[in-house]
Amino acid sequence: MGAMTTVFRRELAGYFATPVAWVFIVIFLLTTAAFAFYLGNFFERGQADLLSFFTYLPWLYLFLIPAIGMRLWSEERKTGTIELLLTLPISVPAAVIGKFLAAWAFVGIALALTFPFWLMVSYLGDPDHGVILASYVGALLMAGGYLAITSCLSSLTQNQVIAFVVSTGVCFLFTVSGTPIVLDFVSGWAPDLLVDQIAGFSFITHFQSIIGGVIDLRDLVFFASLIGVWLFVNMIIIEHKKFAG
Amino acid sequence: MAAMLEVRDLVKRFGPFTAVDGISFEVQRGEVLGFLGPNGAGKSTTMKMITGFLGPSAGTVTVNQLDALANPIMAKTRIGYLPEGAPAYPDMTPAGFLDFIASVRGLSGRERKQRIAEITERVEIGRVMQQPIETLSKGFKRRVGLAQALLHDPEILILDEPTDGLDPNQKFQVRTLIQELAPEKAIIISTHILEEVSAVCSRALIIAHGKVVADGTPGELMGRSRFHNAVVLELKGDNQPDFETLRADLIRVPGVASVEPDGDRRVVVFPEGTATVTDGVSQLAGARGWQIGAFYVDPGRMDEVFRSITQGN
Repeated sequence: MGAMTTVFRRELAGYFATPVAWVFIVIFLLTTAAFAFYLGNFFERGQADLLSFFTYLPWLYLFLIPAIGMRLWSEERKTGTIELLLTLPISVPAAVIGKFLAAWAFVGIALALTFPFWLMVSYLGDPDHGVILASYVGALLMAGGYLAITSCLSSLTQNQVIAFVVSTGVCFLFTVSGTPIVLDFVSGWAPDLLVDQIAGFSFITHFQSIIGGVIDLRDLVFFASLIGVWLFVNMIIIEHKKFAG
Repeated sequence: MAAMLEVRDLVKRFGPFTAVDGISFEVQRGEVLGFLGPNGAGKSTTMKMITGFLGPSAGTVTVNQLDALANPIMAKTRIGYLPEGAPAYPDMTPAGFLDFIASVRGLSGRERKQRIAEITERVEIGRVMQQPIETLSKGFKRRVGLAQALLHDPEILILDEPTDGLDPNQKFQVRTLIQELAPEKAIIISTHILEEVSAVCSRALIIAHGKVVADGTPGELMGRSRFHNAVVLELKGDNQPDFETLRADLIRVPGVASVEPDGDRRVVVFPEGTATVTDGVSQLAGARGWQIGAFYVDPGRMDEVFRSITQGN
């Protein structure tokens, strides 16, 4: 536990030691605003809610989360510090979880900084605060999903560009698996049960039901277990590489 | 006394390639074991397996009676390790980096401050403590890595090329540091600087093609040199006899097996077996009136031992 906290703190401080944190936060806030106001027609809709902000969040995450997570393990491999980290008295699960939580906390900070949207709709109208809070929780969970995928894939390579591109690709599949892009491809030959399963992996489907105001435990469990599975695979990859060399 | 570190039949295969092929040895407290060998011989791979970064394909590592493969975290608390190239987080300052290591090592409060201050002084990195590590020179980076390995005062120290990239003064400092630490610890260093072995190691393993090909004190290894016990004679002055004349004279000294030139003005006189030829050679030099520039018994040549052992098989 102590070692995990130490890894967490070093990692989180690491984001702020370089311009990475500030660049990310500024770009994140600018693009969320642009998406909400232009694509989401925030004002024109005349609704006192944050749907126009949350609807486009998965698409923004698709690029920005792999950008944050791509360095998690590939940079350790590149600089050789992974040898240092793994020969310190830290268990692999503690290292994986500590690093993941730091990146997740960082994304959480960026997400929290979108609070002016919330203030604005409160000022302009009378929104359902419960739905907005749930949406924020959903947005954080979804970010964790994208991040767990990226963390796992970054442990496979020492090249950050590869980590980024592959992660974005896999994240894309998870984002759109409930849409015709994927479903049309499989529905022709796969049994209905499988098609339903694939559709069930869609981030968008789960996220939309949360931001629509339906807080279903199943959506929360989906994201939580997705994070768990990818981080577990992440640990296996790191352990396995010790033996494969 | 049980060995502080015991390695048995360690093997590491990378696909079809066997990097380490059944290495065994022990290190006691107070010993400085030198790993010597050509690049790619398996020195670093062996160290990576002892420290738990790589899992062995076969074999055991025992740290202070404890199976290191079954109890990796316990084993790691007892080992201080400087990996090859002294990796460290480039964005961090040495101060932040050592604080992180201390925290992982479970040092806190006064003890942490004290240890960091002590080590910082010992490896002389005080004046760069607030600079990002990526801006430091190779020498400072290496010393930050050493500080990291020593921070928790480990019983076992494993240093992969600790003096690589250091200037002669810094090399001397690091060797002195290792000698100061030696009585309390079991230390392994790898190097391909041969003089370092004689300077700091109490024992050396020569490793080639993943196997231990020689194991002994630096003196024993030097004893394997064909130059061991040979007499080196250097003449000065203008009217020296030429080499052929010298050889013709020297070869008649009792016990002399052969005579070889060694550079411009030097000859090496090899004795037969363990015969002593110093008296005979010096009497001959006196009788002939040679002007002696240097005259000594060669202790053996490490570079020659190294070459013959690592290339011979």
